[in-house]
Amino acid sequence: MMLLETRGLSKHFSGLRAVENVDFQLEKGEVRALIGPNGAGKTTFVGMLCGRMEPSSGSVAFDGQDITHLPAHKRISMGMAYTFQITSVFPGLSVEENVALAARRANEDPAAALRATHAALKRVGLEDRMDQEAQDLSYGHQRLLEIAMGLAQSPRLLILDEPTQGLADSEIEAFKSLIRYLSESATILLIEHNMNVVMETAHRVTVLNFGEVLAEGTPAEIHENQAVQAAYLGTG
Amino acid sequence: MSDTAKSAVLHGGLLALLLVLQFVLPEYHHGNLSRIMVLACYAIGYNILFGYTGLLSLGHAMFFAAGMYGMGLSIRHLGMDPATAMLLGLVSGVLVSTVVGLLALRTQGVAFMIVTLMFAQAAFLTILYFGEYTRGDEGFVIQQAERVLWGIDLSDPTNRYFAAFGVFALCLILSLRLVSSPFGKTLIAIRENEERARMLGYDTFRHKLAAVIVSGTVSAVAGAAYGLLFGYAGASFASVQYSIFPLLWVLLGGAGTVLGPFIGTLFMFYLIDIASGWTNAYLLIVGVVLVLLTLFARQGIAGEIRRRIWKGLP
Repeated sequence: MMLLETRGLSKHFSGLRAVENVDFQLEKGEVRALIGPNGAGKTTFVGMLCGRMEPSSGSVAFDGQDITHLPAHKRISMGMAYTFQITSVFPGLSVEENVALAARRANEDPAAALRATHAALKRVGLEDRMDQEAQDLSYGHQRLLEIAMGLAQSPRLLILDEPTQGLADSEIEAFKSLIRYLSESATILLIEHNMNVVMETAHRVTVLNFGEVLAEGTPAEIHENQAVQAAYLGTG
Repeated sequence: MSDTAKSAVLHGGLLALLLVLQFVLPEYHHGNLSRIMVLACYAIGYNILFGYTGLLSLGHAMFFAAGMYGMGLSIRHLGMDPATAMLLGLVSGVLVSTVVGLLALRTQGVAFMIVTLMFAQAAFLTILYFGEYTRGDEGFVIQQAERVLWGIDLSDPTNRYFAAFGVFALCLILSLRLVSSPFGKTLIAIRENEERARMLGYDTFRHKLAAVIVSGTVSAVAGAAYGLLFGYAGASFASVQYSIFPLLWVLLGGAGTVLGPFIGTLFMFYLIDIASGWTNAYLLIVGVVLVLLTLFARQGIAGEIRRRIWKGLP
């Protein structure tokens, strides 16, 4: 059963083809990694999935429903969640309120929202820092806060945009186990540069290059793929 | 003591103090405080949009005037009683702020400031244009006989004080309730990071529109009350000066705090009052004090209290 599907999805910025004619399918329960060199169009592509930008052409379907022209907030309430590549939290609010804002969208009942907030904070290990302002957290902790916000939404599809960027090795280990835990309840689309994370967590990998799908397969297949290696090494 | 209890004591304490002051203040300050309480309602309205939602409007005088003229014109030309007239003042506030919100919110940042400023100028000129009905710059007096509400003469200082107190208490409690509600917390989230709020699934346009309407309507109620209690409506209340006042009051008192608007209005009122007793160049003194406050208490008076003493101050 497909959770997400794009057909011929393209985005052009005055002549620059950031994303070109991408057909993409994501199965329910899958952990999919999206990789590619800098400027390959990964963030633009997921930006069109979650409604941050309008595609130039093509369509996006979520859970069998065409969402191509749906505004972002409606897609989110259908069960998508998006964590930002460049940390984007509410700097002046407490860590708890940051997550509570995410939880309140998914839980009408205030008590349930509070429970979801605390559960998410506990899961990422920030429960001791609940009362701190988000701007006082270290960078690594802000990344974890982003993920806690995603968790608290209890999404069906979680899109993580370079979540391990700038994390220490020990933090990356913890992140990998977090992904495995998350994948039990949500489908995950992961933009990731760290190949170690990709190999260990993803079921399948899609490679974007110059806005087009270059290859798709299991992590092992992608690892062996000549074209992918060429694209990454820049000798293609 | 929990934050909620502390906040109840603080805000309840202010209201109790204002109630007691009615019996002890000398006549002059008694009259001033009535005025300050009504103007503080205007600042409270402004603060909802500026302090909590992070939208800087330079045109709030049009909402203040919408309430004032909605009330005043319906007494003057339609012979309404004060209660109905107040209600019409409120309704015109809702209408004007809905229309202005729908149009102005298509812009952001500096453009939003300019658009609200332009709308307010258009409203100001409209009042002058229809001088036949509004008496333009000169304005019109609402006669004592027209200011009797349910048998209570609102031109009597004591009655006027209680009426001003009633409107102020209502606005203060409304603002306190609002900012601790999920809706208010979403407005704060929009102020802090609108794109993030949108990507958490909040319809930020609708929230901002609602903020404009609530803010504009509270401002309109303040305008209507001001006209009714002090018996005058004039075009100067729609001028750009009256758009700047609430911004100053809120900045001085503390943007994004419930008490800030009152503190700022009180402070500024007496600053001008006292300084003009010393010299004709009182604006110079006012200016210097404003500069000092912006330098040393950047978050306003209540904002500094929040920063230094109590972080949970709503």
